[in-house]
Amino acid sequence: MPKLEIREERCKSCGLCIEFCPKGCLEITDRFNPSGYNPVGWMNTEECTGCAICARMCPDVVIEVFK
Amino acid sequence: MKQVFGRPESLVDVASHFCPGCHHGTIHRLVAEAIDHYGVREETIGAASVGCSVFMYDYFDIDVVESPHGRSPAVATGVKRSNPEKFVLLYQGDGDLAAIGTAEIIHAANRGEPLTVIFVNNTVYGMTGGQMAPTTMLGQRTTTSPYGREFSQDGYPIKITEMLAQLEGVAYAARVAVDTPAHLAKAKKAIFAAFEAQVEKRGMGMVEILSSCPTNWGMNAIEANKRIETEMIPYFPLGVFKERKGSDFF
Ligand SMILES: Cc1ncc(C[n+]2csc(CCOP(=O)(O)OP(=O)(O)O)c2C)c(N)n1
Ligand code: SF4
Ligand code: SF4
Repeated sequence: MPKLEIREERCKSCGLCIEFCPKGCLEITDRFNPSGYNPVGWMNTEECTGCAICARMCPDVVIEVFK
Repeated sequence: MKQVFGRPESLVDVASHFCPGCHHGTIHRLVAEAIDHYGVREETIGAASVGCSVFMYDYFDIDVVESPHGRSPAVATGVKRSNPEKFVLLYQGDGDLAAIGTAEIIHAANRGEPLTVIFVNNTVYGMTGGQMAPTTMLGQRTTTSPYGREFSQDGYPIKITEMLAQLEGVAYAARVAVDTPAHLAKAKKAIFAAFEAQVEKRGMGMVEILSSCPTNWGMNAIEANKRIETEMIPYFPLGVFKERKGSDFF
């Protein structure tokens, strides 16, 4: 099972990772980070294949992927 | 568990000041991956431009010389000529490279200075509030073209990569985008090829990257990404315009 590590404090809530995840695994949360953004969360973990497309599309290197 | 994706070593672990969804962040990461791949971190001297990428000295774990607006090709020429063993990296916006610094980039390219140029084309002057640049699309509304860019008054968006590719001193010239996973993979290859042109002393290696500026385009990140596909790529075609394998001059 792959694992994503999300550095919530670096997320700017731009949504690019969500847009490009082929499995719909990511969602914006209703938490707030110190910069005032709602960070993304790894929700649909069962579907995740660890392809790292989300991480590559993120402009802020928020997501780390382990397999 | 093995890490399959993470932060490149040459990208300093700090938060960036870039706006949400801005491709400068993505491009910084790809450039840092190239610095790591070619093992040039300790030998790299950056020549920073003026614009939203001005803080490259905070983001890349390399030494950087600041340059006056548009003049980094001239500054980089001096750095490279006095330290030919160093790897010299330029990262310029379109206001910087295609407007105020047009003369500097053309003559550095024509002289075949063995430099690596990352040219970020987001069709506006980002840092100063989204004014029209020579790269602004026809019809695009900006703070200085409130009715849209009009060719009879403002000319046409300039295709820098095609121009530079004609110059003998340029070993590699390509235009790429980072708006989709497939384009991003090609962008990484092109950035690596522009690094190789300098590493192998073949001449200048340059990559134009079509980049988003969601803030000054008045769009969210996803709309801005789509604009690259629907408006920019049809006018600014992607591809490799020049690839000279041998070294004619060195
Ligand atoms: C000589 C000089 N003229 C004008 C400026 C003001 N200025 C700062 S950033 C900038 C625009 C940069 O735009 P671009 O190169 O497209 O980069 P971006 O911010 O879009 O990444 C300008 C005109 C300056 N700093 N120095
Ligand atoms: S792409 Fe990055 S910054 Fe944007 S929402 Fe996803 S994790 Fe956050
Ligand atoms: S103003 Fe535009 S180019 Fe500058 S950081 Fe924001 S989105 Fe990026």
